[in-house]
Amino acid sequence: MSSHRITLQSHSPQNTADIAQALGQKLRAGDCLLFEGPVGAGKSLFCRALIQSLQDTPEDVPSPTFTLIQTYDTGSGEVWHCDLYRINDPFEIAELGLLDAFETSICLVEWPDRLGNLAPQTALHVALADAGSQTRDITISGDKRAWAERLAGISHAAQ
Amino acid sequence: MTTDLTILGLESSCDDTAAAVVQIKNGRPDILASVVEGQTALHADFGGVVPEIAARAHAEKLDGCTAAALQKAGLTLPNIDLVAVTSGPGLIGGVMSGVMFAKGLAAGSGIPLIGVNHLAGHALTPRLTDQMAYPYLMLLVSGGHCQFLLVTAQDQFQRLGGTIDDAPGEAFDKSAKLLGLAQPGGPAVEAEARTGDPKRFKLPRPLLDRDGCDMSFSGLKTALLRARDAEIASHGGLFRQTRSDLCAGFQRAVCDVLSEKLRRAVKQSLTQQKITGIAVAGGVAANRDIRSALEAVASEFDLPFVAPPLSLCTDNAAMIAYAGAEQFVAGRRDGPELIARPRWPLDQTSAPILGSGKKGAKA
Repeated sequence: MSSHRITLQSHSPQNTADIAQALGQKLRAGDCLLFEGPVGAGKSLFCRALIQSLQDTPEDVPSPTFTLIQTYDTGSGEVWHCDLYRINDPFEIAELGLLDAFETSICLVEWPDRLGNLAPQTALHVALADAGSQTRDITISGDKRAWAERLAGISHAAQ
Repeated sequence: MTTDLTILGLESSCDDTAAAVVQIKNGRPDILASVVEGQTALHADFGGVVPEIAARAHAEKLDGCTAAALQKAGLTLPNIDLVAVTSGPGLIGGVMSGVMFAKGLAAGSGIPLIGVNHLAGHALTPRLTDQMAYPYLMLLVSGGHCQFLLVTAQDQFQRLGGTIDDAPGEAFDKSAKLLGLAQPGGPAVEAEARTGDPKRFKLPRPLLDRDGCDMSFSGLKTALLRARDAEIASHGGLFRQTRSDLCAGFQRAVCDVLSEKLRRAVKQSLTQQKITGIAVAGGVAANRDIRSALEAVASEFDLPFVAPPLSLCTDNAAMIAYAGAEQFVAGRRDGPELIARPRWPLDQTSAPILGSGKKGAKA
């Protein structure tokens, strides 16, 4: 499976929000985004901006670290915002209903290493890296056949 | 409340499974039993609280908790007048386990059933513990929540503001992890801060420069990370004293934000109506510095300050029993059609808090 990769640089939280919004426009039910990056890299900020950009009336998007999952109704269907930081057994993934959601909803997953081999094959990886001050390097990568065409034009969002 | 009632409360919306029996006689509530299972699942190794998320785990514990609560209360099911169960918000598996169990119990015994909002349970706790009169201002501050609520009736909650990103409990846990301290982070950071200088590191007070009662704690965690990294880069490690100073600086920043925003929430409440006092709930209220900072704000306004005991500030079923009783007396009932609601905002009329994004505040 060959991979398609896009590298962007964000210079501010607002810039990151713009990129998140542009990516959000490309998503549909059954898409799964896996967010990687250390604490403070901006994973939650990215997810919040993406979710709110899909809503007619943007609502609160609190951190799902303690609640594990928050779900939202959006114009593009149901969105699951998950933080698997507190999960320690892949068995619990199924208990959360996440495997079903992978097929029927848009899933945004923070700390996806907890998924083990349960991560969908066609998931899109979004890696955020702290490049000093407000700058973040954002790398978006996924299966070429699944994503190359759909992600066309996304680079403009970082301008 | 003038009706005498004995209520069985059930709670399974997050990590813990809980059952409680609360009796209301001559308007005064009395907790006859409150059983909470699952808090033993604190594992420092994993850098956080390991959740008992499995619906199965809740389902297995619910009957045991219920039996234990009834036994402790010295009662049996026929003595119960009402079954109150958390029907949201929370993890769907857990909430569903509780709702199914409560429905079965109600159907089998003919006892009335009521579904309770978990957050309403927290918000009404000052009435359970201190018979606080409406309207009062509530700060709910825990691992997963941070909001100011103006509580005017058993089903009337106006959200004045809240966190646009992380809750303070989460910020404490993550900061502890960044500094190599034990979990849960709240007590660890508090202990370490005792010997620290809160002024050495200049950490931000997010959103203090903005009007209103919204808060942000995510940026504070990032600022702490940067200060830590700068120290490590220049000294090749972190001195014990530096760690204490970072903890003290972090805690002071949280105190400053919470107390200034509380001040604004009080002022905003007072423009609408006179309030009887300020109450705080949630695990973060256990932090002594935070508690005394909030208490100081209450005395500035000459208002009583109520902080329920920690066992009733964190998740429990006594608060669900009590909130269910108040709503039952007010005429609410649920039947077999009661459903589990993973999402259930307390206040669906106030404008949403916006996070970083197109239209929102900058964290």
